[in-house]
Amino acid sequence: MGTPATPSPPPGHLRIDGRDVPFEAGETILQAARRAGVYVPHLCWHPDFPPHGSCRLCLVEVDGHARAACTQQAADGQQVVNRSPALDAQRRVLLQMLFVEGNHFCPSCEKSGDCDLQATAYALDLDGPHFEEFYPDRPVDASHPELWLDFNRCILCERCVHASRDVDGKAVFAIGGHGIGTHLLVNSASGRLVDTPISPEDRAVQVCPVGVILKKRVGFAVPIGERRYDLEPIDAPARAPADETGAP
Amino acid sequence: MDSSLPPAAIGTAATAAARPALSAPQGQALATVLRAQSAAPHGLLQILRTLQAHPAFEGWLPPALLARVAEATGLSLAAVRGVASGYRFLHLKPAGRYRILFSDNVTDRHAGSRRLMADLCARLGVRPGAVRDDGLVSVDTASCIGLGDQGPALLVNHAQVVTRLDAARIAAIAERVEAGVPPAAWPAHWSRVDDVVHRAGPLLGGTPAAPGEALMRALALGPAGVIDEVRASGLRGRGGAGFRTALKWTLCREAAGDDRVVVCNADEGEPGTFKDRALLARHADEVVEGMTLAAWAIGARQGFIYLRGEYPFLVPHLEAVLARRRAQGWLGRGIAGRAGFDFDIRLHVGAGAYVCGEESALRESLEGRRGTPRIRPPFPVTHGYRGLPTVVNNVETLCAVTHIVARGAAAWAAMGTPESTGSKIHSVSGDCERPGLYEYPFGTPLARILADCGAKDTQAVQVGGPSGTCLAANGFQRRIAFEDVPTAGALMVFDHSRDMFEVARGFSQFFAHESCGFCTPCRVGTELVVRRMDKLAGGRGSRQDLEELLELDGLMHAATHCGLGYSACHPLRDTVRLFPQAYERRLLSPHFGPAFDLDAELAATRGLSGRDDPGAHLEP
Repeated sequence: MGTPATPSPPPGHLRIDGRDVPFEAGETILQAARRAGVYVPHLCWHPDFPPHGSCRLCLVEVDGHARAACTQQAADGQQVVNRSPALDAQRRVLLQMLFVEGNHFCPSCEKSGDCDLQATAYALDLDGPHFEEFYPDRPVDASHPELWLDFNRCILCERCVHASRDVDGKAVFAIGGHGIGTHLLVNSASGRLVDTPISPEDRAVQVCPVGVILKKRVGFAVPIGERRYDLEPIDAPARAPADETGAP
Repeated sequence: MDSSLPPAAIGTAATAAARPALSAPQGQALATVLRAQSAAPHGLLQILRTLQAHPAFEGWLPPALLARVAEATGLSLAAVRGVASGYRFLHLKPAGRYRILFSDNVTDRHAGSRRLMADLCARLGVRPGAVRDDGLVSVDTASCIGLGDQGPALLVNHAQVVTRLDAARIAAIAERVEAGVPPAAWPAHWSRVDDVVHRAGPLLGGTPAAPGEALMRALALGPAGVIDEVRASGLRGRGGAGFRTALKWTLCREAAGDDRVVVCNADEGEPGTFKDRALLARHADEVVEGMTLAAWAIGARQGFIYLRGEYPFLVPHLEAVLARRRAQGWLGRGIAGRAGFDFDIRLHVGAGAYVCGEESALRESLEGRRGTPRIRPPFPVTHGYRGLPTVVNNVETLCAVTHIVARGAAAWAAMGTPESTGSKIHSVSGDCERPGLYEYPFGTPLARILADCGAKDTQAVQVGGPSGTCLAANGFQRRIAFEDVPTAGALMVFDHSRDMFEVARGFSQFFAHESCGFCTPCRVGTELVVRRMDKLAGGRGSRQDLEELLELDGLMHAATHCGLGYSACHPLRDTVRLFPQAYERRLLSPHFGPAFDLDAELAATRGLSGRDDPGAHLEP
């Protein structure tokens, strides 16, 4: 779903912040940028899944128009503005929105240092939530013997929804509600994770960019300070696409 | 670490397994509905809507039922729950045997809807938004239900409207609810919906095309000839965006595939709009014929009317028109005796989601999913309903097509302006003597419409609904046209007694209520805007809040996934510019101010300590 079905434009070159970036037939701007080692901030996008387009962090200007780099097809000669002060300022507001609508306590979160949201906030020099915190009431689901769900950190990227349905073939997750009440659903009559066929090896468990889907008893096996983004920031030019598994 | 966490607080889900299975009548109801509806994933929304309306379920969808529906459609239970919880008119918890929703558009509020709602709540002993303890009734608000010309109005059990509410009618409703009188047995005149046409043009007046008249001409013209005729008329889409109808049809006709679909977008959700209601009530034949003409032009075999859930009173009428036209040979196989011209139309009823008026969200909803706008491209003209090339046209557009084909393009093109040909119907409501329907050629100055509808002492006009444009006196000479002031058909009048800040605040609440929740800037941004508007309304705002509101407007305009978030701050932006004093007088301090009332926060402590002396309060 959402994959552009119009005939793919032929390969070519576009310019991102003045830099020449080649692209292959059918690639989006974000895909081309990543292959070229150009960091376009993003959260919901994952290389193994069709673009989702919900976080809006990859917003760039394409020939003067605001576009999501994850869904916009690359085309020859496109002039793309990526890391302008204005766009980064907008991204910071989007990040602040994601922080205040949930309950994010980085110092006590076991995903700290492995979290895309936190790492992206550092990469964009976010210095605080700015807006008032919403403090939503989102009970934790610790029913499963090997996994637990902390909905407080969910950013509704739907990576787990796609991975569980399309890769694991289990459809453990879905999205419910609307507006600010939109939330992640677990597929069982009880609504609890223990009553689903999920297992720790599932792709759905690996792809969470934040700390919602976590394995029990390994939370601090790697100490804070030695984790993925502690060692190398998310916007490091050398970060290879293969790094982006979301796996702890 | 996490294994030592306290047992999960799972909420209501933990008890789901303990709930009883379906009763025998419920099981029969389910079987009946599944037989009548397509028991496939794309039938889900109609299945849920029909089940909830069935007497066996008392207006809500119990967990055992959702499980059975999931089984029958092959969907996961979570997917079914996700769809059901995405529509405001579907209920996963009991919502009362009487479910009363007051239309909550700003014009309804101006006409006293909030006061009447409080009155009804007091009479029935129920809190707004809650179900009474005995499960008899709930009273809440809904976004505009399309009766702005005869409001305040309400919707009962998603099945029946009550118009022209006043204190006496509220008292009478309360009595009937307490006595258990079913809504169907309430006085019929309470539910009367009048379509008062104050000024008619070709669509609302004149000689309506006889059923089949345009079709017979279309058969002579051939499909390409029909598109040529529509092109020559200059017709542009009446849903607001003004896309050229002939171009949309051509793109669809040329799209790859053997089958095509025509959808009539009758999800008229823009607050203040009710012109499609009138067209469907009085001119359904022309609308359906317009769909059939589109089918002929593009080569479609199936059609849908996506009717908003707020118009249940139109369902029997539309079904009857469709049945009659089938009997007359204007729908079905071999239309008008032409072998191979097969086209039929199904009615699809929405369930309270404004965003489904956006054509890609409408497609999702037609296919039984949550009303989330899709990534575009591809557009519906190449990948629409179930992947088939699909034309989605507004009710008024399709009605116009029938007139154009029946009477010729020249007459249509001669009306209006070169860029905006033909006529436009306005749903006029608010502070004027004669609310109702007005059809003018495009290019008509706003001042003319205001004079005709008896608007006095007008402060502002919201053209095209909250996602349109707000104009003050210096804009009343502007003309209604795609190249000047475009509109989807709402025209709300506000006189000088109205507080334009409160108007904008009401619209901001509307957008937050209707956000689908998919993208960050709309989901969180609409909520942040409401909080800031509430802060200003509470007299605790500062200049910084105002600046922040404008920054949020800029972000949402640039970054949202669809038009809802893009437009959500238009009323704010317009009213700040046009009526700065409405905001200025609410600013407590020119600098930063806290979002909460410090003294109020101490109320709990004062209660505990039994003190209320000056020393227990902060300095004002």
